[in-house]
Amino acid sequence: MMKDYVHPDYLVETSWLAEHLNDPNIRIVESDEDYLLYDTGHIPNAVKVDWFTTLQHPLRRDFLTIEEFEKLCSDHGISNDTTLVFYGDKSNWFACYSLWVFQYYGHQNVKILNGGRAKWMQENRPMTKTVPSFPRTSYQAKEPDKNIRAFRDDVFEHLKRNKPLVDVRSPKEYTGELLHMPNYPQEGATRGGHIPGAANIPWSQAVKEEDSTFKSPEELRKLYEEKGITADNEIIAYCRIGERSSHTWFVLKYLLGYKNVKNYDGSWTEWGNLVGAPIEK
Amino acid sequence: MTELKIPGPLREIIEDFQFVEGREKLELLLEYAEKLPPLPDHLVGKHEAMDQVEECMTPVFVYAELNNGRMRFYFDVPRESPTVRGYAAVMQEGLDGATPEEVLKLPSDFFMEMGLHEVLTQQRLNGISAILAHMKGLAIKAEVSKQ
Repeated sequence: MMKDYVHPDYLVETSWLAEHLNDPNIRIVESDEDYLLYDTGHIPNAVKVDWFTTLQHPLRRDFLTIEEFEKLCSDHGISNDTTLVFYGDKSNWFACYSLWVFQYYGHQNVKILNGGRAKWMQENRPMTKTVPSFPRTSYQAKEPDKNIRAFRDDVFEHLKRNKPLVDVRSPKEYTGELLHMPNYPQEGATRGGHIPGAANIPWSQAVKEEDSTFKSPEELRKLYEEKGITADNEIIAYCRIGERSSHTWFVLKYLLGYKNVKNYDGSWTEWGNLVGAPIEK
Repeated sequence: MTELKIPGPLREIIEDFQFVEGREKLELLLEYAEKLPPLPDHLVGKHEAMDQVEECMTPVFVYAELNNGRMRFYFDVPRESPTVRGYAAVMQEGLDGATPEEVLKLPSDFFMEMGLHEVLTQQRLNGISAILAHMKGLAIKAEVSKQ
């Protein structure tokens, strides 16, 4: 079935990873929503990359600088040609976010473990608490790839040109009934609703409930095409802070092969606070 | 001032957290996550009898009993959510034997004193307020049922 995705190289199955745990050309990266989950046990030889404390700039609302990103990779023994396999909890939600950030800095060989941490555990595959260390490398990051990241001015331009947006938040956040995801009051906005014209396709609809693996290409195509999110168009995905939408970004770009998809990581916490920005409810 | 509003056992836990730095704070929280007591027999499989903290992304269930004017809380939190489990265990142990009034008076930002926001980031602490809000709701119910 994986063969039918447009870019099946960006996905690996748990059985494949089980055979590559000690492959020196591969670095396994765990990124979770729960900060302590990695420490309770992880896939052997996996390193931890936290979406917030590892990848975000400590002061500005932005990612690490190029130099800091290079240091992160070098510390984990990642070379420019290392294949990175990302996995995590909550259906690979934050694993996709990390993958997106690594691609932003030009890392090419990236994969998602289909089904993530939950499926690996369901199959009783090995876990360890041993934190691995690898010989230091001298990683060289590229200039950030603006083709996969939308800033607010890009969104305004996108609106002017009547191009489609996909809002991957829960229906209540989309309609403005909720100002933030329950449990995340500090990440709220002063206005509720969505960017005018955006289609609402919650991110989790792209995965199967039973084992967190991605739905079939046919199901995914139908899910997005029915709401006007089509391959021939330029698409911007957003959510609240850009993490859930990086999951949808991955599905559209690699599983369905959309050529022009950007993740707007400013997302609702920026748009819903932006003076004068148009909003629809 | 807040010290007066925090029951003794919880105060001791907070001091334990204050005593350690950085990485050790996380390890301490993980220890709590691991020692969260399992549900007593009469609550196993009885989520419908418990209060769900639906503000949490993780399915968190809490139940309270009042005996001789003292509260006892029970939690069910999945193992895949050690951070939330850790907090639940801190509150379970720290507020065991507290009066409903003590629970109600607990300042909702008590965990700031533990210094965990420095290592965990602010975003991740918000679920805790939701859990405490539910515990306070149960304390109010316990007070009402007493009368």
